[in-house]
Amino acid sequence: MTLPTLFKDPSARAWTGVGAAAVALFAVAPLALSDFRLGLLAKYLCTAMVAVGICLAWGRGGLLTLGQGVFFGLGGYAMAMHLKIADAGPGNLPDFMQLYGTATELPWWWRPFGNPLFALAATVLLPMAVAAILGSFIFRRRVKGAYFAILSQALAAAFAIWLIGQQATTGGTNGLTDIQGFFGYDLDDPVNQRMVYFVIAAVLLLLIVLVRQLMHSRYGELLVAVRDSEERVRFLGYDPANVKLVAYVVAAGTAGLAGALFVPAVGIISPAMIGIVPSIEFVIGAAVGGRASLAGAVLGAIGVAWAKTALSEEFPAAWTYFQGLLFIVALAFLPGGLVSLAGIVRRRRASHGSGDAGGNMDGGRDGDAGGRADGDTVGNAGEEKAPAVPLGGAV
Amino acid sequence: MTVILGQTFTGISIGAVLLLIALGLSLTFGQMNVINMAHGEFIMAGAYTTYVLQKSISGAGVSLLVALPVAFLVAGALGALLEWVLIRRLYLRPLDTLLVTWGVSLMLQQLARDIFGAPNVQTRAPDWLTGNITVIGGDDPLTFANSRLFILALAVAAVVALSLALRLTSLGRRIRGVVQNRDLAEVSGISTSRVDRTTFFLGSGLAGVAGVALTLVGPIGPTMGTNIIIDAFLVIVVGGIGQLKGTVIVAFALGVMQSVLEYSTTVSVAKVLVLVAIVAFLQWRPQGLYTLRTRSLV
Repeated sequence: MTLPTLFKDPSARAWTGVGAAAVALFAVAPLALSDFRLGLLAKYLCTAMVAVGICLAWGRGGLLTLGQGVFFGLGGYAMAMHLKIADAGPGNLPDFMQLYGTATELPWWWRPFGNPLFALAATVLLPMAVAAILGSFIFRRRVKGAYFAILSQALAAAFAIWLIGQQATTGGTNGLTDIQGFFGYDLDDPVNQRMVYFVIAAVLLLLIVLVRQLMHSRYGELLVAVRDSEERVRFLGYDPANVKLVAYVVAAGTAGLAGALFVPAVGIISPAMIGIVPSIEFVIGAAVGGRASLAGAVLGAIGVAWAKTALSEEFPAAWTYFQGLLFIVALAFLPGGLVSLAGIVRRRRASHGSGDAGGNMDGGRDGDAGGRADGDTVGNAGEEKAPAVPLGGAV
Repeated sequence: MTVILGQTFTGISIGAVLLLIALGLSLTFGQMNVINMAHGEFIMAGAYTTYVLQKSISGAGVSLLVALPVAFLVAGALGALLEWVLIRRLYLRPLDTLLVTWGVSLMLQQLARDIFGAPNVQTRAPDWLTGNITVIGGDDPLTFANSRLFILALAVAAVVALSLALRLTSLGRRIRGVVQNRDLAEVSGISTSRVDRTTFFLGSGLAGVAGVALTLVGPIGPTMGTNIIIDAFLVIVVGGIGQLKGTVIVAFALGVMQSVLEYSTTVSVAKVLVLVAIVAFLQWRPQGLYTLRTRSLV
């Protein structure tokens, strides 16, 4: 296979991308970055995991979930509860419970998390179960579009407020802090911090591969069909509610896993990381990179998280303005994200040649997800009036 | 007994604030299917307008009454500007509008922080609003705060004015026409883009009035809008689109429910219970309490 044909074949292109990412994450980054920067990168990669789920649910399914923080938090708290119990040692209460002094023994719903296997399973299964219950209620009754977005956001608000209210058992506003060990490894040791980074990088790559396969399966096609015209899919004999439910549940699972791995990487989980604002920040990374493209969403999430650290350290006010501008520019003027720029340039060139501006609908079908983001109408489920013009053409 | 009545009254006054906010949202969401996250910041703009006016006009009572129309104009102008610059480009992509206006709201919050400082500020309520009215005297008194009664009156006035305007004026007829069938309104010679901008002005202006009302019950700060806007959106979702009566009923119902549940449990548990109740309600009426019946599938 020669190089040009390699880059025409979408599957080969995707595997090349994953290979390049693996080299960057496992070889380049550990050598080039200091321990501190590598720790930050580990945090960004957790954000990228959430973006993988958002890419599936929102980019491909049109489900704007503004409540991913809830699932991130469920995974994070499940992991942190286990680590706190392990830190305290058998028979002892976690430090913050001793501090508040109200409880004399572990609350009943803390106890199962003492078992490492239960806690690990819960980090993924608990968010998925919550998403499945909530999603089946919402999607079956055809609550969709903006209504779904608002409900998911209200969920994030309610969950954060509930956590803050349960000071004695969840640590309240402070959250679960000062986590020392990770399944027997001391997290203060830089070597173990590196190990956590490698685990996070491996899980992220695995998630990308899994979700990519899901996107390119029959199911993935069906999901895009539901996004673009739910009623037609229903007339064809499918149940759109189930299709959406799967995407929502998978997205919840990836967010839960991200939260679980975020805890050993950062050493804290608190309501401030899962409320309305962080939930919507998970979305912006995917939107900037390209919501319908895995590569775009992941790189966008890492890029925005990096920009936040870099800018907000020195100019906190400037960061807020910049973030606001990011939302406006990325969504109003570049809905396909940065990955769609290449396609737009290509179409501009092609239309200059043929004199047929904006009419080239095939532009989006030339390969993998990156091409599709600018070819189809994006994130517009249930909007029959949407014009059959590629959104990228509006720029 | 009086405790329950008192909680119910508190709930009704919470509902009145929600109603003032949700009225504007119901206009813009109902007509243009636009979710304006910056609506909360228009509330903030109204509140800061009150603050600035009170600084420049000495009498608290006069400045409050002056603030009502001024805040309406300030917030309305902001809304019309937002519609003209951004939202009219996004009418076919309602979900993207949500995120774009979120970006706008972030910037407005930061702007408020830069102008007025990050800490909350307070306004002084005029003397005629500081007292209480005693409804039931005796050992176990039931009192209503004047400021909350004022907000309730303001909300009722806004509903009456808006429904009369929608029913009787020619602008109201055009707005109803566009809400019911945008394409048909367009081919009948209504300039839908002009109606859209006017509606946005009205809806945002109502947010400014809500901001004035909020200064009577709480502090003014850059994030004051974000905290209450989600509840107002839930009112719209549950109330249904396109008709005022759903918004009115649901705003008061949610306010009373929140207040009574808060009393019998805690604030945080009440929030969760209200949300559960809303999801359960949507199982029964997925389109909300009242909807326009159309033959379209979507």
